[in-house]
Amino acid sequence: MKLSLKLRAAMLSVALLLLGMAIWEIAIPAPEAARELTEYEKLTGGGAPKAGVPPPSQVLARAWEELSDPFYDAGPNDKGIGIQVGYSLYRVLSGYFGAALIAIPLGFLIGMSPLMYRALDPFIQVLRPISPLAWMPLALFVIQDSQASAIFVIFICSIWPMLINTAFGVAGVRKDWVNVARTHELGAFRTAFTVILPAAAPTILTGMRISIGIAWLVIVAAEMLVGGTGIGYYVWNEWNNLDLTSVIFSILVIGVVGMALDAAFGRIQRAVQYSE
Amino acid sequence: MTPFLSIEGLAKRFPPQDGKGEPLTVFEDVSFGIEKGEFVCIIGHSGCGKSTILNVLAGLDEASDGVVVMDGKEVRGPSLDRGVVFQNYSLLPWLSALKNVTFAVAARHPSWSKEQVRAHAYRFLEMVGLSGGAELRKPSQLSGGMRQRVSIARAFAIEPKLLLLDEPFGALDALTRGSIQDELLKIWSETEQTVFMITHDVDEALYLADRILLMTNGPYARVAESVEIGIPRPRSRDRIVDHPNYYKTRNHLVHFLHRRSKELAGREHARKGARPATVRFGDEPEDPSRPAIYAVNT
Repeated sequence: MKLSLKLRAAMLSVALLLLGMAIWEIAIPAPEAARELTEYEKLTGGGAPKAGVPPPSQVLARAWEELSDPFYDAGPNDKGIGIQVGYSLYRVLSGYFGAALIAIPLGFLIGMSPLMYRALDPFIQVLRPISPLAWMPLALFVIQDSQASAIFVIFICSIWPMLINTAFGVAGVRKDWVNVARTHELGAFRTAFTVILPAAAPTILTGMRISIGIAWLVIVAAEMLVGGTGIGYYVWNEWNNLDLTSVIFSILVIGVVGMALDAAFGRIQRAVQYSE
Repeated sequence: MTPFLSIEGLAKRFPPQDGKGEPLTVFEDVSFGIEKGEFVCIIGHSGCGKSTILNVLAGLDEASDGVVVMDGKEVRGPSLDRGVVFQNYSLLPWLSALKNVTFAVAARHPSWSKEQVRAHAYRFLEMVGLSGGAELRKPSQLSGGMRQRVSIARAFAIEPKLLLLDEPFGALDALTRGSIQDELLKIWSETEQTVFMITHDVDEALYLADRILLMTNGPYARVAESVEIGIPRPRSRDRIVDHPNYYKTRNHLVHFLHRRSKELAGREHARKGARPATVRFGDEPEDPSRPAIYAVNT
């Protein structure tokens, strides 16, 4: 019997995961058995356990522990992983949708008007390659609030792909469809909403999907700088605690949340996709 | 009496490419009229500007010179009074066939309820043979013929005063083309529309039109002749060829397209503002002493 490609791929994925974890587990030397220390070792601190990369079994145990109670709050430096991820998502989404609110209308304007395109293009070209974190000191000084500054950094990094893709999508709307709107005497607003927006939606959504990916990349770095709460802060805090098990666990959480965000936007993208 | 649609001294010129020298004149001094309820085809080689004329009538393009008057009003900009069927269908691909039609109906009748709009759209979709589930598909899931049917239904559903068809069957195979031509004639006779259509196909024009306008080649193209098709309706595809006028008219058209359109090209007009010469083939038996073709200036 021939199994479907999907099933065979899934089986291979699981096999590779198990193999990888087995190699990882074996590669980590077992802690040395406690033995009598020589006088010299006692003096130089040789008996202290050496910090090493934890084996996957420990990471899994930590994951189980964290995920079974994700929302506990035991003070500023000890919050559940769910709370940390929640803070990060809140910042990412508020900065991101703030950017969408500006980028999409502005992209429409640039896409519709060659004059605006030419006038704004130099600014976009200069501002776009700036690493979002380079804005952080300026944001901290001007806004004087670290939380709002993190949101601003997300805002500034999400805006470019959305702006450029919206402008590109709007400018590329087939002339025939615009003519359909014209021959049906649609006003500027109805044309924008009933013809140009759906025609450009797949391109706009591509930009939004790129943006959410970048925003999720940047939030980790931003929270490491800003501190306080969030998954980025959590990673850095566990590093300071030398708790590598938690560091590895949180790295995995970042990956899974990023994947979920991308999948959500992928779904919306498919919903607005059309074929000619 | 002024006709329902009158085109007076229409011209299209493009400025010279390098900024100096003569402007490029695609066509000029194009004047003709169309009566209400008439089906008029225009034939000419590509580049003679027939699509530009149609776009000017649609209000999508502007002429360099001349006026278009429809129903006593000058044509300026696009309007729901003039429906257009484009060669590439121009359906909105994210909407179903039905939604493409209701989109137009709702634009025409903003005060109508959703049910009214749907019922009206269905009436026209059924006229072109689209029902029973096919109307809920997206254009990409329909064949070229089906798409053009939707496009025709959309144009007829807004019940414009003038319907403009830009080579609507150019991209279709012969069989599909034939059946949609019949549907077009059916919907036209039911709605008593005025139709202006571009075509490359002499037989198609003979089958559909009351009158055929012939354009000379560009640049400086113009409408040289207006050939009246004196073949009574309803016409049937197999019997039309038996009509005594059919081959006479057809020969005249083919002769014009392959020889005279070139000979007449680029020539100065004898009279500015002149209407195209009307050519009519009589039913009388052929008289060898008289030419088979005679022109009447009206």
